[in-house]
Formats: sequence, structure tokens, C-alpha cells
Amino acid sequence: MPKTMFEKIWEAHEVRDELIYIDLHLVHEVTSPQAFEGLRMSGRNLRRPDKTVATADHNVPTDGTPTAKLIADTLSRKQVQTLEQNAAAFGVPVYSLGSETQGIVHVIGPELGLTQPGMTIVCGDSHTSTHGAFGALAFGIGTSEVEHVMATQTLVQRRPKTMRINYTGKLGPGVTSKDLILATIGRLGTGGMSGYVVEYAGEAIRELTMEQRLTVCNMTIEGGGRAGMIAPDETTYEYMRGKPGVPDDFDAAIERWEHLPTDEGATFDYEVEIDATQIAPMVTWGTTPGMVVEVSDRVPDPSRMDQPAERESAERALQYMGLKAGTPMEEIRPERVFIGSCTNSRISDLREAAAAIKGRKVADSIRAMVVPGSAMVKSQAEEEGLDIIFQDAGFEWRGAGCSMCLGMNPDILIEGERCASTSNRNFEGRQGKGGRTHLVSPTMATAAAIEGHFVDIRNWN
Amino acid sequence: MEAINIIEGPVSVLDRSDVDTDQIIPKQFLKRVERTGFGEFLFYDWIRDGEISLEPNPILVSGRNFGSGSSREHAVWALDQFGFDAVVAPSFSDIFFSNCTKNGFLPVMLDEPDCEALAAAGAGRIDLENQKVSWEGGEATFDIDPEIKRRLLGGLDDIALTLQAEEDIEAFEEGPGGSYGPVTTSLP
Ligand code: SF4
Repeated sequence: MPKTMFEKIWEAHEVRDELIYIDLHLVHEVTSPQAFEGLRMSGRNLRRPDKTVATADHNVPTDGTPTAKLIADTLSRKQVQTLEQNAAAFGVPVYSLGSETQGIVHVIGPELGLTQPGMTIVCGDSHTSTHGAFGALAFGIGTSEVEHVMATQTLVQRRPKTMRINYTGKLGPGVTSKDLILATIGRLGTGGMSGYVVEYAGEAIRELTMEQRLTVCNMTIEGGGRAGMIAPDETTYEYMRGKPGVPDDFDAAIERWEHLPTDEGATFDYEVEIDATQIAPMVTWGTTPGMVVEVSDRVPDPSRMDQPAERESAERALQYMGLKAGTPMEEIRPERVFIGSCTNSRISDLREAAAAIKGRKVADSIRAMVVPGSAMVKSQAEEEGLDIIFQDAGFEWRGAGCSMCLGMNPDILIEGERCASTSNRNFEGRQGKGGRTHLVSPTMATAAAIEGHFVDIRNWN
Repeated sequence: MEAINIIEGPVSVLDRSDVDTDQIIPKQFLKRVERTGFGEFLFYDWIRDGEISLEPNPILVSGRNFGSGSSREHAVWALDQFGFDAVVAPSFSDIFFSNCTKNGFLPVMLDEPDCEALAAAGAGRIDLENQKVSWEGGEATFDIDPEIKRRLLGGLDDIALTLQAEEDIEAFEEGPGGSYGPVTTSLP
């Protein structure tokens, strides 16, 4: 019987009915301390340190602080140090502040070659869906489940439903994979993928580079999806080749991976088709990623929405965002620009953003920062001179971490500040209490930094 | 985990949809390394700004897509430690729902009109065994996965249950699936 990629991976990992084996467990400082503590209290071991890896990302300052013990904030320092101590005690490799391979957990997995097709990958972080771009089954879990995986290397899971989104045609010039996923969430709603493992397929997906695919799968969770997946192909294998964690006999591995893609005739619980040629550069206007319009559009008018609940949410969102219905998106003027996060902080994102600068300067009204997703991205960018391009233009060049994606470290918005951000969540207060977030692609963020307002990059150069 | 079955008493209402975990427990409170001490920070920004006020009643009723966003289990700890025992909503995010069940905190999915009726009634009774919610003038049944229900009713520890399958896990690890993926400890 023809099978979907999800079914093949799921079935290959069933230890028992609905008990699945986990090939890779990624750990970070925020959602792990209580799990390690749980192991200690019950006298249990961490079963497979060799399938586990830890990094410090959420809490770390991005100002070049070289080691955990020098983190100024007491609680953050304690949390990062606790991670280091726990990892040492349980034998887990850890990339903490100061390590050459430290970085956002969803950036370092792929760049170290740890993320591979056909695997099951979990992490106490909802954006674990990112790793599905390699044809893996990857999803976020809570701290109790983190402890469960630590103790048993398995997870109790109901089998989720499957969805396939087929993109016909290609993305137009200036339209990125960030726009593709924002448009998709705008179409399906923030709960539209709820309960599903989503496979992204079709011409527009196959055309994407590996890093662009990571951006798509990353935001699956913003559509409510459990996991996002993209079939592995030549693009995947080329990206992986030579990375430290990949199998020694890489060609033999490719042969195994070639069996993973969904078989012709396999059925999904739900299928959607989206015309990729119709997707435009997108900007969010509200406080969920589903509140999104094309950059050439206007802020929507809640009074024209027919569902009362939708109307109320939209009114609230506009009030929070300090926006008036009907305002052209291009007239909105951010004060901050943030290029970073596990959605868009990889080397290609930084290359694209830097290339868009073309000798111009950040507008006087704007404070802009670039935060590489990992220490490796940072050094690669510096080797290519991107740091100089950014700094000459007036961007701040920071150290690796989650930074202003969630404002758990010193990088935050102040009350009322408006930010063009390449991250994934525009929730109230996400980037700092009272902060107003507009989600965009890296090139859109760069253009906004230079012009002082959003611009349609399709007719900007 | 404590066993649960009947949860009854007054209802607190949070009449919003898409309540995300960033609101339930804002990130500045995620820096604790303990499992306790989160209750007082529940909905910190909304409560502090006077946007909402909530009594620590046994039951919380809210709108669709409750618990969306971040996987932080701290959100469940905060709701539980604030004083709620159950949350009733038309839909939940997957990870949040699962986190609830790992903490003996009951997430109940009811249709929107039933949620509204329960909220209007001001008090209710949730009967997990019989999968029923009742309030003055009405009642509704709810679905829950039988295995999750069994664990909640028995207060069963997931890890201990899984470790009963130890032999199966070992057999899996010795088979072809056991060596799939990288060896993290051998990275440079
Ligand atoms: S960059 Fe943002 S979304 Fe990604 S892991 Fe860090 S906090 Fe989470």
C-alpha cells in the first residue's frame, strides 16, 4: 500500500503501539532544568546521552559575554549554569556560551549535520518543527515529556492526522519562503493545521534552498501544526554533505533516504492546494501570525468582518498595535528592526539582507540589529565581510542567540515600540511588554530599516 | 501525579480566543529552575494592567485555540498553581493539551455554545469518568483519549509505565532502528 513520508517514519519508530523511539533529543536551558531535576529525584539515568545534545540560546546575552559565569542577569546566569552542570552530570554534550558551536537549537541541529532525513527529533521547544525540512519527523514537547525522553528515549504519542499542502507554480521575484508560510497561515488560520503533521509539497517547495525550507517548517507551529515536513532530495543531500554529524558512508545513507518521500497514490487526511504564483511579500498587522496581509494592502477594517469573535480579536489587536483600519501597510513606520531568530538567522538570510543594502544607510528614525543564529553563522558571515556591510549601513552586529525573538535576555522592545522582525511570533508582549511586532522576511526587514517604513520590495531596489 | 475525577465549583471566565502561552506566563518568569512558584505570575501583564481579573476557581472557561504558541509547560504549572484544576475551551493547541495531561490538570473540549452556557451558569461540575460537564440548566459530554483518561483517573506516572516496556525498547535499540541518526557524543 502506498504510504506517506510521515507513515514511513512513524512506523519505523514504533517500539509498541503509540510508543515511538526518538533518534535525537535537543535540549536547551529553559525547558530542561525541571526535567533533569525529575530524573535526579526518581534516581533515573539519562538513557542515551549519545542521542542528546544541549545548547544555551534563549537566555544568553548577545553582547559578546564570553562565558556563562559572566552573564549579568542573576536568574539567566543560574539557568545557563544549571544547564552546563546538568549536561556534565548526565554526560550530555553541551554547547554553551563561548562555544564555537553554540547557537539557537534549531539552527545548530542542521548546521552540525545532526538533523537528518527519516529521523524522529524532539525538543522542549515548539519550533522543533523546523527540522522537518530534512524529511524528519520533528516536533516540540513539554518539560514532562523532555524528562520522559531523557529516561526512556521514547515518547508516548497518539498518531496525528496528516495534511499535505501542494504549492503549484513558483514564487515570484522578491517573494521568499517566509512570505509563503505567512500567506499559508493567513489562509488557513492559526488553528488551521491543528492536530496535523503537515507535508509541504509542489514545485514552489522543490525550488527552495534548504535554508528556505527550514523557514517554512519552522512556522508550522504558528498554523497550529504538530510538525512540518518536506521530502528530502538532491538539495537536502547537497546541503548535508560534509557536515560533521552526517553518516560516514554518506552515499549509502542517501540510498536509504531515497525511500522516504511519500509514495504516489498515498492518501492524506486533508489536502490543500495553494497557487504560489499569487503569493506576495507579506507583513503582519496584528497579534497572531494569521493576522497578515500583502505589503501592498491596507490594515484590515474589523467592522467588515462577519464573525463576531474575529471582529473582537481584530479590534483588540489594532488597539494593541496602535494602528488604524485602512492605513496602507507601506505607511507604517517601525522604530526597530530585528533580523534574527530560528526562522531567519541563517547564513543565507544574512547574505540576502546584506545584499539588499547596496551601500545605503539605516534611516535615522530606526535602531536595527542583526543577530546571527549561531556562533558558526556569525563566523561565516564575518569571513564573508557581511558584518562590515551591516555595520557600515548602521546595523548593530550581535552575538548568537534567540535575542529579541522572545525578549528573555537584554534584547527587548520597550513599551509601544514598533518592530519589523524576521522572527515567528507577533504575540502581545512577545518581544517585550507593550512591544509591537510586524513579522516579515529578511529582505523586507532590511528595506524597512533603510526607508523607515515598510516597502514593497518587488518595486524597490 | 495526583489522580483526578470530579472537579466542581465556581467558574472563572476569560473571554478571549487564541490565548497564547506567552500571555499565560510571560517569558521573564521562565528563568526559574524549579517547578514551583509560577502561580503568582499567571497572566501577569493582563492582570497587572487591570485588563482582566480572575478568581482562582476550580474551573477556567476560555475561547478557542487556548494555549497556542510556545511549548512552555510553565503555562500549565502557572494555571495549576494559581488554583485552577481544569480549563474548558472549544479547542486547544496540541502541545498545551498534552502538557496539561502530564500534570493532572484537566483540559476539556466543549463546543462554543456549551462553553458559553457554562460560563453564564457561573459554576459547574466536570466528571472525567463519565466524560460529562454539567451546570445549572445544561450538560454536555466531551471526548478524551481513553489512554489519557486512564492515566489521569489513576494518577499514573508516564515514565514508570513506559519503563514497563523496557524489553521492547531494548529490542528496538538492538534492531536496525537503534542506530539511526547521529552520535552526538562523538562530534568534535
Ligand atoms: S529564536 Fe525564538 S522561536 Fe526560535 S527557539 Fe529561540 S525563542 Fe524560540
